[in-house]
Amino acid sequence: MKLTADEVKHIAKLARLGITDEEVEKFSSQLSDILSHAKMLEEVDTENVEPIAQITGLKNVLFKDDKKDCEFTDELLKQSPQDVQDNMLKVKNVF
Amino acid sequence: MGSSIGSSIGIMINLTLADTHKGLKEKKFSSTELTQAYLDRIEKTDDKLNSYVTVTKEVALETAKKADAEGKFKSPVAGIPMNLKDIICTAGIKTTACSKILENYIPPYNADVWARLKNAGAVLLGKANTDQFAMGSSSETSYFGVTKNPWDPERVAGGSSGGPAASVAADQCVFAIGTDTGGSIRQPASLCSCVGLKVSYGRVPRYGVISYASSFDTIGPVTKTVEDAALVLNVIAGKSNNDSTTPDEPVPDYTSFLKTDLKGVKVGVPKEYFEGVEKETAEAISKGIETLKKLGAEVIEVSLPLTKYAIPTYYLLVKSEASTNMARYDGVKYGHTTDDAKELLEIYMKSRAEGFGDEVKRTIMIGTYALSAGYYDAFYLKAAKVRALMKQEYEDMFKKVDVLATPTSPFTAFKIGEKMDDPLSMYAADTLTVPAGICGLPGLSVPAGFDQNGLPIGLQLLANQYKEGNLFHVGHAFEQATDWHKKKPVIN
Repeated sequence: MKLTADEVKHIAKLARLGITDEEVEKFSSQLSDILSHAKMLEEVDTENVEPIAQITGLKNVLFKDDKKDCEFTDELLKQSPQDVQDNMLKVKNVF
Repeated sequence: MGSSIGSSIGIMINLTLADTHKGLKEKKFSSTELTQAYLDRIEKTDDKLNSYVTVTKEVALETAKKADAEGKFKSPVAGIPMNLKDIICTAGIKTTACSKILENYIPPYNADVWARLKNAGAVLLGKANTDQFAMGSSSETSYFGVTKNPWDPERVAGGSSGGPAASVAADQCVFAIGTDTGGSIRQPASLCSCVGLKVSYGRVPRYGVISYASSFDTIGPVTKTVEDAALVLNVIAGKSNNDSTTPDEPVPDYTSFLKTDLKGVKVGVPKEYFEGVEKETAEAISKGIETLKKLGAEVIEVSLPLTKYAIPTYYLLVKSEASTNMARYDGVKYGHTTDDAKELLEIYMKSRAEGFGDEVKRTIMIGTYALSAGYYDAFYLKAAKVRALMKQEYEDMFKKVDVLATPTSPFTAFKIGEKMDDPLSMYAADTLTVPAGICGLPGLSVPAGFDQNGLPIGLQLLANQYKEGNLFHVGHAFEQATDWHKKKPVIN
């Protein structure tokens, strides 16, 4: 399978990742190789197999739904490279 | 007098964790002397190796001084100089994931694994190099440059925990903490000739460790001996309320498994793990398996036919999980932000473009593709089903055998730059280590020989979930019967 430049650009946009024209070319060939290799999984019969997204089988791990103060609100806010106003991060216009 | 101090320092930094602990307890040397000796060693050798990205000299000496004043050295890690892979959060100390996007990130809190070690009195020498966000098998994707192999500086130390492994092999610390998603502790341990333990998924809490693939990531020690790995695991294992994926599984005293006799132990040798393996590596491992036999183990040839699907299964799932984990780096909440944005979307696109390295971008692209509408079923879901089948295959296998014995890496340390432009050949470096990641199994790499170029070869042992004890038993017996772990690289 071969990914077109437009497909690569579309994926990059979905991922909110700016990429250069050179990267479009590089990724279209590398991603094509990797995904073609992944196609070999088609050989495995997975009919009636339940997919798993975790590996230890733990179920419904619950904790008490209490309100807790954040220990480090100020430190966390200070991490932001954006301006802070009334404990909120101020970002650029959406449009 | 000067020379006698010099030689005692030489001996001091050669010691295992167990012996260093004994030395501290018996007041043969102080934690301050020990820490200073390691700091000197780092200063003398690290321009050649690049194992460390941050050295925390003041903090280290301060902690050592406290340990000496208290003087009890109750925990085996008390007063012991060690390092953490730089994706483990340390309050007030830079944690960069060896990336540009987190180049100046200082976490406000400690990872659980570090909190446990710190409470036990461990001395942090610094943060160790890794592939950027742990994505890689050679440490070459680090924003701060590659870690060189102590056995041959033209070659990689492996990855992603290349810094931890090289620093242990080169006596730049007593032990180190790395992370293993698909081989990132075991493979560099093998390439550098040290002991590397990947724990069962959930055995050590992931809280405060920068995520790569959340249903795969594990945290474990890189050490000089198997006994040392057991000693460290005793400190860091167990449930945490900060990580709901840590089970209630009891934590035994892992040193109780350290026996030298293998009578009654069943060792499976899966033939699939020898396909495509370099000849000298395969021979060394076959010899290693003979040693296990001589120690009384029953060795059985077995087959795990799904092994050949491990690499595509692994990278589809891991890259998918990673692409969602990387979404948090948006140039808004923390880390690097672009200074060239007029609107919000541009902040995201440009900050990420500027802040992420090549392999991280490739990861995000593969993962986003595999999870996107139209491809989800064919890629992500298909791999998640193969994962279920593989898990079953290994569970069934461990009804028949106590451990599996295999090579850790299909080849010894490769040249820097050799695989950088070919991601698929780089992913192949993980062929023999990813199944344990996929199935949540523990695995141990133990030094098992050298090839004709003098490059280390590692024996990998795998066991069923939460059976780390089996690994310590077989690994320790093997180590006691061989001398490979005693060989040290010469750093010029």
